[in-house]
Amino acid sequence: MPDGGADFVRIEGLKRYFDVSAPWLVRKLEGRPRQVVQAVDGIDIEIAKGETFSLVGESGCGKSTVARLVVGLYPPTAGRIEFDGNDMAGRHSRSDMAALRRRMQMIFQDPFASLNPRWRVFDIIAEPIRAFGLSTGKADLEARVAALLRQVKLNPADGRKYPHEFSGGQRQRISIARALASEPEFLVCDEPTSALDVSVQAQILNLMVDLQRRLQLTYLFISHNLAVVYHISTRVGVMYLGRLVEVAPTDTLFRRPKHPYTRMLLDTIPDLEMTGRQRSPVGGEVPSPINPPSGCTFHPRCPFANDRCKAERPKALPIEGGTVACHAIEEGRLPIEDRTYALNT
Amino acid sequence: MAAASNNQPLLEVRNLRIEFPTRRGTLLAVDDVSFDIAPGEVLGVVGESGAGKSLTGNAIIGLLEPPGRVAGGEIRLEGRRIDNLPYEEMRKIRGARIGAIFQDPLTSLNPLYSVGRQLVETIQTHLPLSASQAKARAIELLQEVGIPGAEMRIDHYPHQFSGGMRQRVVIALALCAGPRLIVADEPTTALDVSIQAQIIALLKRLCREHGTAVMLVTHDMGVIAETADRVAVMYAGRVAEIGPVREVVKHAKHPYTKGLMGSIPSLGVRTERLTQIDGAMPRLTEIPPGCAFNPRCTFKGQRCLVERPNLMPAGATRAACWLHDSGGVGAPILKETVDA
Repeated sequence: MPDGGADFVRIEGLKRYFDVSAPWLVRKLEGRPRQVVQAVDGIDIEIAKGETFSLVGESGCGKSTVARLVVGLYPPTAGRIEFDGNDMAGRHSRSDMAALRRRMQMIFQDPFASLNPRWRVFDIIAEPIRAFGLSTGKADLEARVAALLRQVKLNPADGRKYPHEFSGGQRQRISIARALASEPEFLVCDEPTSALDVSVQAQILNLMVDLQRRLQLTYLFISHNLAVVYHISTRVGVMYLGRLVEVAPTDTLFRRPKHPYTRMLLDTIPDLEMTGRQRSPVGGEVPSPINPPSGCTFHPRCPFANDRCKAERPKALPIEGGTVACHAIEEGRLPIEDRTYALNT
Repeated sequence: MAAASNNQPLLEVRNLRIEFPTRRGTLLAVDDVSFDIAPGEVLGVVGESGAGKSLTGNAIIGLLEPPGRVAGGEIRLEGRRIDNLPYEEMRKIRGARIGAIFQDPLTSLNPLYSVGRQLVETIQTHLPLSASQAKARAIELLQEVGIPGAEMRIDHYPHQFSGGMRQRVVIALALCAGPRLIVADEPTTALDVSIQAQIIALLKRLCREHGTAVMLVTHDMGVIAETADRVAVMYAGRVAEIGPVREVVKHAKHPYTKGLMGSIPSLGVRTERLTQIDGAMPRLTEIPPGCAFNPRCTFKGQRCLVERPNLMPAGATRAACWLHDSGGVGAPILKETVDA
C-alpha cells in the first residue's frame, strides 16, 4: 500500500500508440486505412517507495511497453510519468535529467542479448559509473565494480571475463550488477527470470529480495508468471490489452480476485498441487490490439458480459485497497469469492 | 492412466548414451539413461536446460542433430529396436508410429504451404488414402483439435493462425497417422498461460481417446504435475529420479528433486525466500567424478565424490542417490574442502 500518498513513482493516463500502417504509397494504392496498435491505453499506477509493484498479463498486453515508457526508452503518446515528484517529460537541464536517469535503471529479460558480447564484464558494469561520472579515479572504479560483483555473489576476478563465459543465471547477475552500478533507487525489471531455469530463477529472486532490503530499492516488476509475482510483489496490477483491469495488494489479488480476467488467469496457473486435477481451460485468445473490442476489451471472453460491457469502457473503481475496472463488479452482478490454495507440504 | 494389462512396454530405453565428438574431446550429453513408457501412459521428463531431456527425445524420434550420435544402449518400440535403423526405415516409423510436437509451432510448420496441404501430405505419406479422403481426414483432425471453421481454415497458411491455433495444427499433424507414441518437446513453452491450459487439456484428452502414449519433455514442473502419470527428473545427462508424479512432487527422494520442487514459487504459501540450490548444473565438459550433483548437494559424503550412484529404490520412486543405499553416502566431508 502506498503510505501517506507520497508516491515515489506516479503514472497518470499513460498511453502509447504504435503506428503499424503499411507504407503511404501502398495505403493510397490499395485504399487501406492507417493502423494503430494501442499498446498502452490509459494507465494509472502509483508506486510507493520500497515496494514491489508487479504488472502481469499475457503476451501483447502492453506490460513491457509500460516498462520501457517508465524508464524513457519510448516517449509516451499521452499521459504523465512522475518520478519522486519530477515530471519526466518536463523541462529539465541536461544535468538534472542525468541525475534523474541515474536513479532509475532497468533489468532486461534476455541476459544473452542485453550484455555486449565484445565487452569484458568489468567494462559492462563500469559503464554506468563512467557515464554518470560517479567514480573519483581508477582505483575507486575498480573497487566499485568489485563490490558490485560481490553484491551479486560473483567473484571480482570475473570482471576480466566476457559474457559468453557465464551461464544464463550468472549473466542475469551481471545485468543486475550493471543496473545497480549507478546507485539507483528504482529498478524496472522486465521479465528478469523468464529465460532462466527454475532453480536459477529462485537464486535470482532471492538475490533481488535481499538487494531490495539492503539498498531500499523500489521495483516495478514485469512478469507473466503469476507464481513468481505472488512471491515477490507488494502490489499487483493485471493488464489486458493495454489497460489495467485490476490493481490490488498481492494477498487480496490472489485470495479475493475480482475482475473476471484476473480470475481466469488464476484458474490457468499450473501448480504443483494440480496433480490429477484438471485446470479449467478458458476459451478464446487475446484479441488484436489493432482493433480492440469496444467497451470493456475483455467482453468477448467474459462469461459475465452484458450490453453495457460491450458499449461502455469501465472505470477503475476503488475496492478493498485496490481498484477494479469491471461493470459486473460495480453493479454487484458478480459476487466476490474467497479463494484458498492447498498448502504445499 | 497406464494400461497395466499389457505387460510389454510400448517404448523401452536401455542404457542410452549420446555423445558429441568435438575438437576438445567427446562430450557425453546423455549418460546411461533407461526408462519405459507403457501404452497410453504420459511420462514427463523434466530438467534444467542442458540436462539432456530434449536430446533423449530427439534420439527416440531419430532426429539427433549431427555430430551428436547414439553411442550406446538401445531404444525399442513395441519390442523392435529402432535406434540403429537406416534413415529410410526410420522415416516410416517417424510420423506413423511416433509423432512429434516441438516447442515453436511457427518453425515446425512450413510457411509456404497451407496447413491443409501439410496435413494431406503427411496423411498420404503414411496412410493409403486418396487425395479427397486425406483432405476429409485432415478436416476431421482439425475439428478434433478444436479449430473452429475447419473446412475454411484448412486452406489458410500458418501465419494466419495465432500461436495457440498453430500449436493445435502441429498436434493434428502429429496425430495424422494415429501414432502409438508422441514425443512432445516443450509443447507449451512458447504459449501464454491461458492458451497453455487449453493445449494441455487438448493433449490429455486426445491421448486418452486414442490411447496414445506421450513422452512430455518440459522444464515446467506445473505442466508435468497436472499431465503426467510418471515423471523422470534429469540432471547433467542422467536420470536423477523417476517415479509416479505425485510421489516425486510431494515426497521427492533425490536432493536435487527436493531442491527443484522447493525452488518453484507456490501459491499455497508465501515464503520470505525460496529454497535455492546454489550453483548451476555443470557444463558437459566439467561433470565432476562421482555423483554429478555433488558440488551442489548439502547431504553429500565422501562416497558421493568418487562413486556414481545408479537408480535405486527409494520409497515409492527410484532415485540415483547414495542416501538410499544401505552403504550410505560415506564419511562426512570436512567443511574446508567445500568451496562456496
